[in-house]
Amino acid sequence: MSKPLHRRAVVAELLKDRGDLLCVAGLGAPAWDITAAGDHDLNFPMWGAMGGAAMIGLGLALAQPKRKVLVVTGDGEMLMGLGSLATIAILKPKNLSVVVLDNEHYGETGMQQTHTGHGVDLAGMAKSAGFAQAMKVADPAGLGRLRRKVYGSDGPLFAQVKIDPEKLPLVLPPRDASYLKHRFRIALLGPEAVHDE
Amino acid sequence: MKKTAARAAPAGSVTWADEVHALLRAARIRQVAVVPDAGHSRLIRLCEADKAMKIVRLTTEEEGVALLGGAWLGGEKGVLLMQSSGVGHCINMLSLPLACNFPLLMLVTMRGDHGEFNPAQVPMGHATQAVLEAIGVIVKRADLAPDVPEMVSSGLRLAFNTYRPVAVLIGQRVSGAKDFRELTKVSA
Repeated sequence: MSKPLHRRAVVAELLKDRGDLLCVAGLGAPAWDITAAGDHDLNFPMWGAMGGAAMIGLGLALAQPKRKVLVVTGDGEMLMGLGSLATIAILKPKNLSVVVLDNEHYGETGMQQTHTGHGVDLAGMAKSAGFAQAMKVADPAGLGRLRRKVYGSDGPLFAQVKIDPEKLPLVLPPRDASYLKHRFRIALLGPEAVHDE
Repeated sequence: MKKTAARAAPAGSVTWADEVHALLRAARIRQVAVVPDAGHSRLIRLCEADKAMKIVRLTTEEEGVALLGGAWLGGEKGVLLMQSSGVGHCINMLSLPLACNFPLLMLVTMRGDHGEFNPAQVPMGHATQAVLEAIGVIVKRADLAPDVPEMVSSGLRLAFNTYRPVAVLIGQRVSGAKDFRELTKVSA
């Protein structure tokens, strides 16, 4: 058994040299992780709306079919929105990747175990739903393959990345969601985005 | 992305659904999030037949609230078509458009309303307007068919001009209540 992957290193690897990638993060640790990798105008870290991260990614991917969209979320957040795997799978957005950082625990609420720690196979569920690609990652070689797929192949892609259930200092993004929205839209759509309806 | 299988627009006389589709089209609505719903069936078919609109079939209504947040982030406008029974599913997810000042238009056909037969539909139907207003969604009601396009037009303007979630409740008088007793007589 190789040493476990660490969430901050995984996210830093996925967001390194990101180009014009659009990134959505589920609430809690994934939001801190993408911020730790470097706060970015094209990051949309969530502060709530648990279970909605993958669907925000889908709406964004449909609106911006020429841009790569990466959703980074946790196992608990994904478990709350499992139906969205079916919703995404039937639309087959080629530009959408959903990466679940799976520490098998609800880290923000007292480290209660999630269902993945009891054997629930999220990547298997995504594959069965019909994702073009569904993979499990547990080591640096797998992480390298995941990065290449996120940037270089057609999706929809789902990855379940097993990570160390470590507790880390929070790295907080701005928390005014209206600001995060404007920042993102201006970076993506240009300054006129605040005038257009 | 595979385009939704093209289907012919439904035949028949112009109804509130045709007028609403024209309003959505004129407002450049691009993502149409739907759950199956008898009351919206004609509007859903019209949107499916519209090449400018992408249909997103949801497994549960709150997916649509999140989807349309992402659509707005990406520069597209959308609409969520649903039944009142799904409003309860959406309440916490509505914190997203409320916190972000995302525009969101929900067109909600009512159950548990005028002429309801099914007791299970009444609690959520009774609570629909109250819970939407409690979390901060602006609610418009259309209880007669001629009012529906006017209220949808109003809802579109309010949602997209002022960046907030708006629900138009389409009363059960508009589409009629399902008559379960009659349906027991229909052979399969």
